[in-house]
Amino acid sequence: MDVSCSCEEKLSLNFDDKKVDLSLMEPIFKKYEGQSASLISILQDTQELYGYLPLSALNLIAERTGSKRAKIYGIATFYAQFRLNPTGKYIILQCQGTACHVNGSKEVSRAICEELNIKPGETTEDGLFTLEDVACLGCCSLAPVIMINGEAYGNLTPDSAKKIIRDIYEKERRKNSDEN
Amino acid sequence: MKIRIGLGSCGIAAGGRKIKNIFEKLLKESNKQIEIITTGCIGMCYLEPIVDIIDDNGTYTYANVSPSMAEEIFNEHILKGLPIEKYIVSTDKKPHPQLEKQVRIVLRNCGIINPESIEDYIEAGGYSALKKALSQMTPEEVIEEVKISGLRGRGGAGFPTWFKWNAARASKGNEKYIVCNADEGDPGAFMDRSVIEGDPHSLIEGMIIAAYAIGAHTGFVYVRAEYPLAIERLNIAIEQAKEKNLLGENILNSGFDFELKIKMGAGAFVCGEETALIASLEGERGMPRLKPPFPAQSGFFGKPTNINNVETYANVPWIIKNGGQEFAKYGTEKSKGTKVFALAGKIKRGGLIEVPMGMTLREVIYEIGGGIKEDKEFKAVQMGGPSGGCIPKELLDTPVDYESINSTGAIMGSGGMIVMDETTCMVDIARFFLDFTCKESCGKCIYCRIGTKRMLEILNNISEGKGTVEDLEILEELCYSVKDGSLCGLGQTAPNPVLTTLKYFKDEYLSHINDKKCPAKQCRALLSYKIDAEKCIGCTMCAKSCPTSAISGERKKAHTIAQDKCIKCGNCIKTCKFNAIYTE
Repeated sequence: MDVSCSCEEKLSLNFDDKKVDLSLMEPIFKKYEGQSASLISILQDTQELYGYLPLSALNLIAERTGSKRAKIYGIATFYAQFRLNPTGKYIILQCQGTACHVNGSKEVSRAICEELNIKPGETTEDGLFTLEDVACLGCCSLAPVIMINGEAYGNLTPDSAKKIIRDIYEKERRKNSDEN
Repeated sequence: MKIRIGLGSCGIAAGGRKIKNIFEKLLKESNKQIEIITTGCIGMCYLEPIVDIIDDNGTYTYANVSPSMAEEIFNEHILKGLPIEKYIVSTDKKPHPQLEKQVRIVLRNCGIINPESIEDYIEAGGYSALKKALSQMTPEEVIEEVKISGLRGRGGAGFPTWFKWNAARASKGNEKYIVCNADEGDPGAFMDRSVIEGDPHSLIEGMIIAAYAIGAHTGFVYVRAEYPLAIERLNIAIEQAKEKNLLGENILNSGFDFELKIKMGAGAFVCGEETALIASLEGERGMPRLKPPFPAQSGFFGKPTNINNVETYANVPWIIKNGGQEFAKYGTEKSKGTKVFALAGKIKRGGLIEVPMGMTLREVIYEIGGGIKEDKEFKAVQMGGPSGGCIPKELLDTPVDYESINSTGAIMGSGGMIVMDETTCMVDIARFFLDFTCKESCGKCIYCRIGTKRMLEILNNISEGKGTVEDLEILEELCYSVKDGSLCGLGQTAPNPVLTTLKYFKDEYLSHINDKKCPAKQCRALLSYKIDAEKCIGCTMCAKSCPTSAISGERKKAHTIAQDKCIKCGNCIKTCKFNAIYTE
């Protein structure tokens, strides 16, 4: 990887820089060719492609759009949607909305962290779960709510949240032993 | 006979899709030809999944439908024509008490029509306002009609809609833009999402009419990426409108061209602010800039731009169709029409409601919302999210209109209404919102960036029992400094949750500071766990669950908790089967 100064080198530690196939990005550049105001859309499509924003992809976006790398990095870190590291197989979104908060989401969150042994924003070592806080999932009448890979689970208690995770672990374990 | 199933995000989250699959399977097995209509959210989210059976006698609404109930409904009501009384919550003859007092203008079609069918929308009177505007009215007349209606911006600040439109129309230049702010970032609010999911064409129609009034030919809907279903339905609706020549060139042979695009927001609360939203639309970081110039003069790429939120646009077709006068019949002198609220928190009937302006908070919470969960004591209602404030019990008779709500220190906001009971700690709520604004501050203004952080530290200290009375003075001073020293609405209003709780619930702050007690028993650091010697039978379960071995006692004798060892994890309370452990 080429870096132009030492601060950029330090910055690169924030990223997972696994080799990805950058040629997959050509259709994205083509789609937005000649369109101004499309940086966010390009980043969104790139994340859709890889599941996160690899450093090499960000550098390529800077090169191809004629923007400074700092600007691309600035946008990628400004918005909550963008991730700089790969995620686990299951992404757990913990709703941090007001309705969830007054209905006990803190306790639920504590139980989930305990069960997975990670903090929000982290991924488990086995690469199975990523835990994230989100502003509001908009299912306030089901508070407290979490969403796992797009499916919402409502009216949670610390125990029921733990059980949901254990069930997924169990499902994965059975699948693995079937495959072996 | 028809089956109608609510599949808004809340309906799906509650299992609506599974119920639909069951009905589809049963219909197939029995060779019955009955139409299943899927709709958006009717607003009674706490009753989801909701199934309506429409037969020759009327409409019957079944609530909280489980898979086994679905089978029963199928066997009895659908096959034999026998409605199951015990599961029915309302009928067309006897509407649900939550719906009875509502006036539905914005939500007129939500939960009734299929949001993915433009024919349904047209059948319900849709796009007739657009036809009227394009064929019988000049742009000036459209603006005049909106002026007569008294419609004010539903995004929170309540700026007169006609005034914005007029300013954008009056701005020089042929290239103008129109934007819908659907970046609903306020935690605890889901009005915009429900309207787009339940009735996307009303937003599109409203935007086309506004574009015609202003003279814009391109529009954007800036919508949160976290709302995948809303985006999907909006995309479908835009394609359908194009096919029917309601979008595109020479709309309905009027000579007016308008193109509508979706831009996905990437998750930043500050993008609810107009200038930040425009920066984000331009592909930049969403950071606000100084106003003036206002977007109506210089907005998207420096061109005149009009921004309204979803609810504002969704009101427009109704106003043009029925006339501004008709709309102005609802509401108060200065706040006309209706307002949609997302009612949530410790409320019995949570959901999406629409009421005429001027109804009191008491009526909204008790008559529509059914009162407090488990009949606990009402403490406060939070309005306006992180920019708003908490309104106490004494002010429950405040009417819902812009001026009255502002006078309490809260704001109308976009419509989040979170009800809190005796178990909600007001210091914790202030801390919760500050934590949010602190994270969401874009960092441009020093007071907002650092001031909110210092305020949060003080609040954290207070909730951990480390606060002093002097802290409250510093806190209040910081509130006013952050208000004065911030460029945009985010910083200017961020102190509101703190100021209102300080104003109405100072005694709770003082309990945390002086007595080191949290009256609502929410602030963990201030709780002490104790064992009731009379209830404890000495089963030793709690002692086994304690991670720090703070609990001791002989078998079959009352146990005690050593307070210096206790880390307040709450394990013992969860383990005790005899309710012998309590908190103080």
